[in-house]
Amino acid sequence: MDREARIDLAADYAASGIGDVLDALDRELVGLKPVKLRIRQIAALLLVEKARERYGLGAGAPTLHMSFTGNPGTGKTTVALRMAELLHKLGYIRRNHLVSVTRDDLVGQYIGHTAPKTKEVLKRAMGGVLFIDEAYYLYRPENERDYGQEAIEILLQVMENQRDDLVVILAGYAERMETFFRSNPGFRSRVAHHVDFPDYENDELLAIAEKMLEGQHYHFSESARGAFADYIAARKAQPHFANARSIRNALDRARLRQANRHFEAGMPLTIDDLATFEAEDIRASRVFNGGV
Amino acid sequence: MRITQGCFSFLPDLTDAQISAQVQYCISQGWALGVEFTDDPHPRNTYWEMWGLPMFDLADAAGVVQEINACRKAHPEDYVRINAFDNTHGWETVRMSFLVNRPKVEKPLTLVRSEGQGRNQIYAMR
Repeated sequence: MDREARIDLAADYAASGIGDVLDALDRELVGLKPVKLRIRQIAALLLVEKARERYGLGAGAPTLHMSFTGNPGTGKTTVALRMAELLHKLGYIRRNHLVSVTRDDLVGQYIGHTAPKTKEVLKRAMGGVLFIDEAYYLYRPENERDYGQEAIEILLQVMENQRDDLVVILAGYAERMETFFRSNPGFRSRVAHHVDFPDYENDELLAIAEKMLEGQHYHFSESARGAFADYIAARKAQPHFANARSIRNALDRARLRQANRHFEAGMPLTIDDLATFEAEDIRASRVFNGGV
Repeated sequence: MRITQGCFSFLPDLTDAQISAQVQYCISQGWALGVEFTDDPHPRNTYWEMWGLPMFDLADAAGVVQEINACRKAHPEDYVRINAFDNTHGWETVRMSFLVNRPKVEKPLTLVRSEGQGRNQIYAMR
């Protein structure tokens, strides 16, 4: 081994193309500071690990299984997609693909149905990332004859034995995932990276809203922006708030009202009118009257 | 007697890495892969047993290799083959088929000759 060799991590970094993925992550996702930091750390670790491997210092295939915890609408699925891209560029998975499943896709309805079903999903995900949304539903302690346990056993086996074929990402709400891990210690020990997704701040949600609108070729008028900031504050205080997902739904409803307003006015419109949300489109929401 | 059937049959048996590479090629062509096995490799026996259902929507060879290994484990002394089925219009047929397992000792096929009507010679492989 050449002890004198100089290792140029910057060159490795540029060659792997993960810079683009990390930049896109920064650019396209608002907020999520701790998540972005964790992903940078994981990327750095994996890059260094590749360099070590080249010089015979490899520590064996690292465990890459992850758990993403956070409230609904905090971007877990989106980040998982980026993660698949990242791992692919670093050469830890062979295909840049992500198979997203829930309990229904893994657990069967009668005896003997679960194992083939789970294996089918695992085969489909091989070479890429398997994203299990709301993973805690796999485990139902209240029913001891639940078939979820069977799926868990098969999963654990594959997570251990085929680490170079498959990366599993478990996602769900923080508290329930905690209970899930506590009752299935096998999972906790096989998951290397726990990433926690924080809730968004009000100004971040507003930035997300503007980004979504930009993608749909809409924009807020000055007064509508103020109205939407009020909307976010009001909506957050209500139950079933799902972060970015609630924002998207609110914008969809605002689109409906905007279209209706133009239609009822019956006046000739400018192109700008078609693309602008006015305060009244936002203020008409039930949220301001105490509804959901 | 070494049975030669399907692709690559005059080459030495494929290694696992080679099988995986061929399977990956089939997947990249969008073909559905099926694993089949039989104890009767007679060329006229087209009815091999299916090992599970054909795999239609895989992205990586690892899933197929897993099934091949499971089939080999269950039937170490049988012939196992991979069929790659192309469903595009105008093809709709098996595009590639090759053996991935054969018994350690292969039973020989013998040529049987019998006499038919009008001293006609009838040949058959047994």
